[in-house]
Amino acid sequence: MSKTNPKGFAKNQIPLYLYLIPLAIFMAAPIVFIIFHAFKPMDELFLFPPRFLVYRPTLENFTALFRVSAASTVPVSRYVFNSALVTVSVVMLTVITASMAGFSLSKMKFRGKAALFTINNLALMFVPAAVTIPRYMTISNIGIDNTYLAHILPIVAAPVIVFLIKQFMDQVPDSLIEAATVDGAGAWRIYLGIMLPMTKPALATGAILSFQMVWNNIETSALFTTSESIRTLPFYMNTLAAAGGIAGQGMAAAAALIMFVPNLLLFIFMQGRVMNTMAHSGLK
Amino acid sequence: MYKKHAPYVFLAPYLVLFIAFIVVPVAMATGLSFTNFDAIQRPGFVGLLNYVNLFTQDLIFLQYVLPNTIIFSFIVGPGGFALAFFVAWSLSQLSKWPRTVLALLCFSPSLTTGVAIGVVWRIIFLGNPQGHVNAFLMNWGIITEPINFLANTDFIMPIVIVVALWGSMGVGFLAMLAGVLNVNPELYEAAAIDGVKTRLQEVFYVTIPSMKPQMLFGAVMSIVGAFSAGAIGVALTLSNPTPGYAAQLMVNHIEDYGFIRYEMGFASAVSVVLLGIIYGFSAASRRMFKED
Repeated sequence: MSKTNPKGFAKNQIPLYLYLIPLAIFMAAPIVFIIFHAFKPMDELFLFPPRFLVYRPTLENFTALFRVSAASTVPVSRYVFNSALVTVSVVMLTVITASMAGFSLSKMKFRGKAALFTINNLALMFVPAAVTIPRYMTISNIGIDNTYLAHILPIVAAPVIVFLIKQFMDQVPDSLIEAATVDGAGAWRIYLGIMLPMTKPALATGAILSFQMVWNNIETSALFTTSESIRTLPFYMNTLAAAGGIAGQGMAAAAALIMFVPNLLLFIFMQGRVMNTMAHSGLK
Repeated sequence: MYKKHAPYVFLAPYLVLFIAFIVVPVAMATGLSFTNFDAIQRPGFVGLLNYVNLFTQDLIFLQYVLPNTIIFSFIVGPGGFALAFFVAWSLSQLSKWPRTVLALLCFSPSLTTGVAIGVVWRIIFLGNPQGHVNAFLMNWGIITEPINFLANTDFIMPIVIVVALWGSMGVGFLAMLAGVLNVNPELYEAAAIDGVKTRLQEVFYVTIPSMKPQMLFGAVMSIVGAFSAGAIGVALTLSNPTPGYAAQLMVNHIEDYGFIRYEMGFASAVSVVLLGIIYGFSAASRRMFKED
């Protein structure tokens, strides 16, 4: 009989470990490879036969990355600033708009609510890459192409985050809200005083998912902007990686590592809350 | 209990963005797919011509893009979904710490960027002896000359599939892991009394039926992931179209016609067909995991 979430190790878990550990190694190996590669000196990058491990780790690739950018017209600090600005704005706006929409869809009664929730569920399968062209046309018609808003607004519209927060809010007991209403609380006070504090795990999950969407995003820079000074870090890292050839390998690995580390740390820090939210992620 | 307009006030900010960046683009794609829009002149109405051309004249689409998309999306969509469920189910039978560590390792590829995919997998499959796979095969005497994996049309698609599966354990995987962990243990005991004997029976009669909503969420996430993954082929081969159209997917075809040839009307028709296929996959999953 299956035993989920056992307290400790038991002999019958050995077969599971026999395939889960190799699988986990396969999944993690490319990432470990990037870490080693980023610290390899030039001669180790060109070594034949190639080596997985780094023997004499160095920071050369990281310094080279910043030297290259100092020589170009737009300094790397500009891309970092752009990315930071865009990422912080997207995460904040997403959590605010999605939690407001989630509150409305979860706890309020109004005409068209069921239809709107169904449409949002349908939009979970929205693939932005399928409609890149009309998305670009919309953005240029609104007149926000080549501005920070072109990086921010399209990413804030994230049906999956609204869905997850709404599902989590369904767990908040209605009696709490009724009691607050009796005490004279309006919608805003219930939203700020009850809904937000009680759904922190879902808000954290929404924040981390939206962070992933925006932090790694290359498309908004490539498609919605033309001026280099407004583009973001992942786009810049990508051009380096693509243009650098073999000589740029070490730099590209360093760039990939710089992009990966914040993402990983944030997820490790938040993983308990994410799993808590995912327990309510069922789609009916 | 709330003021009458409150629900709409709370919904409005999201709804405006949702309409502007999701509803309008989908509607525009549908509208433009009936025109000959080329980004310069006013679009003229051409009826179903783009669709007719797509399915009768576009040899690249029929010979490469459509079969590629079908193979890729079946292996990475339903295949990746089944894999994610199997891993989640296996992990749920471990104790907390090893489970968390292994789950994190499996999830970590989905935290990486296109840069990482391009860098690491390109080096692993590099076409000269400095590529890790070539070095390994040559070292063991399996091959004598390096294989140019990323320019060889026989190898590009399998490599793209491996890389896509590598990055496929995302949010859906986490949802299913949470789902398996939350199945009421008493159900297993009751099932055992009712004559459920093997692990496989348990999975199909107890585990999956008790977590259908999570299964559906996981399925939708897998499908979306599979159809969004078009950038992998281009990131690995550094060209669109990919060599010999070997890893050309519908997403790449849209980009090729839309942003390289500026045949936006035609590209929009491809978009609409793609959205239709995605909808078909999701509708099928909905049927499978609908709660009765």
